[in-house]
Amino acid sequence: MNHLGHKSAGDRIYDIVIYTILTLIMLGTLYPLIYIVSASLSNPWAIVKGELWLLPKDISLDAYRKVFQNPDIWTGYRNSILYLVVGTTINVVMTTMGAYALSRRDLVGRHVLVLLFTFTLLFNGGLIPTFLIYKNVLGLYNNLWVMVIPSAVSVWNLIVMRTYFQTSIPYELQEAAFIDGCSNIRTLTRIVLPLSMPIIAVMTMYYAVAHWNAYFMALIYLNDDWRMPLQMVIRNLLIQQDMGGLVGGQGESLVEQLLLTEGVKYAVIVVSSLPMLLLYPLVQKHFVKGVMMGAIKG
Amino acid sequence: MTSGARSRESRLLIPRSVRRNWDLYLLIFPVVLYFVLLKYLPMYGIQLAFKDFSAVKGFWDSSWVGFKHFDRFFNNYQFWTLIRNTLGISFYQILVAFPLPIIFALLINEVQSQRFRKSVQSITFMPHFLSTVVLVGIVMAFLSPSTGLVNNIIVRLGGDPIYFMTEPSLFKSIYVFSDVWQNMGFASVLYVAVLAGVDKSLYEAAMIDGATKLQRLLHIAIPALIPTAIIMLIFQFGSIMDIGFEKIYLMQNDLNRSASSVISTYVYEIGLLGSQFSFSTAVGLFNSLINFILIIAVNQIAKRVSGTSLW
Repeated sequence: MNHLGHKSAGDRIYDIVIYTILTLIMLGTLYPLIYIVSASLSNPWAIVKGELWLLPKDISLDAYRKVFQNPDIWTGYRNSILYLVVGTTINVVMTTMGAYALSRRDLVGRHVLVLLFTFTLLFNGGLIPTFLIYKNVLGLYNNLWVMVIPSAVSVWNLIVMRTYFQTSIPYELQEAAFIDGCSNIRTLTRIVLPLSMPIIAVMTMYYAVAHWNAYFMALIYLNDDWRMPLQMVIRNLLIQQDMGGLVGGQGESLVEQLLLTEGVKYAVIVVSSLPMLLLYPLVQKHFVKGVMMGAIKG
Repeated sequence: MTSGARSRESRLLIPRSVRRNWDLYLLIFPVVLYFVLLKYLPMYGIQLAFKDFSAVKGFWDSSWVGFKHFDRFFNNYQFWTLIRNTLGISFYQILVAFPLPIIFALLINEVQSQRFRKSVQSITFMPHFLSTVVLVGIVMAFLSPSTGLVNNIIVRLGGDPIYFMTEPSLFKSIYVFSDVWQNMGFASVLYVAVLAGVDKSLYEAAMIDGATKLQRLLHIAIPALIPTAIIMLIFQFGSIMDIGFEKIYLMQNDLNRSASSVISTYVYEIGLLGSQFSFSTAVGLFNSLINFILIIAVNQIAKRVSGTSLW
């Protein structure tokens, strides 16, 4: 007979199996990431000769020097930060406005609106009609606003935030404000928003990551190099392997250039991913909450 | 009519609750405008699928051609390749990337140590924040035949280097397993959350009855996940034909094209690069309709079979 707190032999084996599997999964996730950082800090010879396994070998900062000397990377960085800041601000403001209105049971037609919004998840104009309308009717082609306007509101986030307003902010508080003569907008800014910081943090994070990682709109709609976000710049470097401009010049031989390319690849990955990976621990606990709130609705 | 009378009339037409909450409608107005202009207006352009688009005549005045473009697509020599690749990648993805986060969540749920649990979760979350460009960049760097880590290991073990990225037969696996590496941790959060919400007294009762851990897993944890899992599965089926353009496009090259051409990349090629606007609109519409029908059908089946559904 089992007693609470006492483990049978079977249960103990079960525990060992589970901890082992999870540890392996953790290492499997972590190893490529560590390898990338190590490779970016190593002498490229070590990578090419296959001598690099875990920790950096013959530490060298040449790759980073090359990356930071590249004007395209800086342009991309500047553009991406701009799109992220402007875009995320629009996202959070619009989502808050819409979600608050939808959270109010006295908003006439809110069911129709939610239906109208969610329908766009199931069906859309498709790439080409959207492209032609954006270009010819809305004038978004090669226009910086294309990086922020078409993604201004995510239906999913709108619904998550509405659910938060409905379930986490006591309606009595808002009623009290109305009795004191507050308008709806004033109630939103003075009563509801101060209580909604967790969800706003989650939304900011969701939207910011999406902006930072986006390349599709730039690929389709932007033409000029000086408007390109970082993702497009690193696409040229990593995927199309167009590194000539980055490693060339300054009197290195072809072999040296090819070697440098190896290290530069990894440095580019680190430099472009670091901002989001650093941001993530800050909002991590909210993040999980955000997914759960989505789950309530889903 | 005097202005006073008109305003009295409008007061009658617009309910008092609406007038009192006018600023609530002001708040939702930009959002509605956004959906109308950026989501619904493009649907107006779908008519191109049934027309021969001429830039001079514009959307409305281009001449109707019925199902000509659809006929052309169905009889296209690439049609079956595109369908096979699109469905093949999707089903492979569902088969592998759908159950793994569930299993992973069940494993995490068995861990008592909060610290271990947190580290597993934080670490497996991390790759989710990498962009698609970076992910594909990593995959290409690691699988490079000359300098990549994977081939380095293969050669050390006495094998010959494998040209992963240019080998059509490996395309699907690379696509799916790199996705598992990137997203399994994140996709499991939802299930972990659901498991954390399971009534603890159920477990206690089972322990008192002498159930082993494995029995508790099978009879408490797994049934608790089924409704959520079904919802997620419906979503996955809803996007079967929508298999991500972004990642496939980045992974695509001339040598693996026979396995990597899918409908979305095809629409991009013939539509945006080839400027065959009407034909590519028809292909895109065919794609959207299949998606739409699939999500409705799967939703109905789920409702019938398990009582869980999206609507």
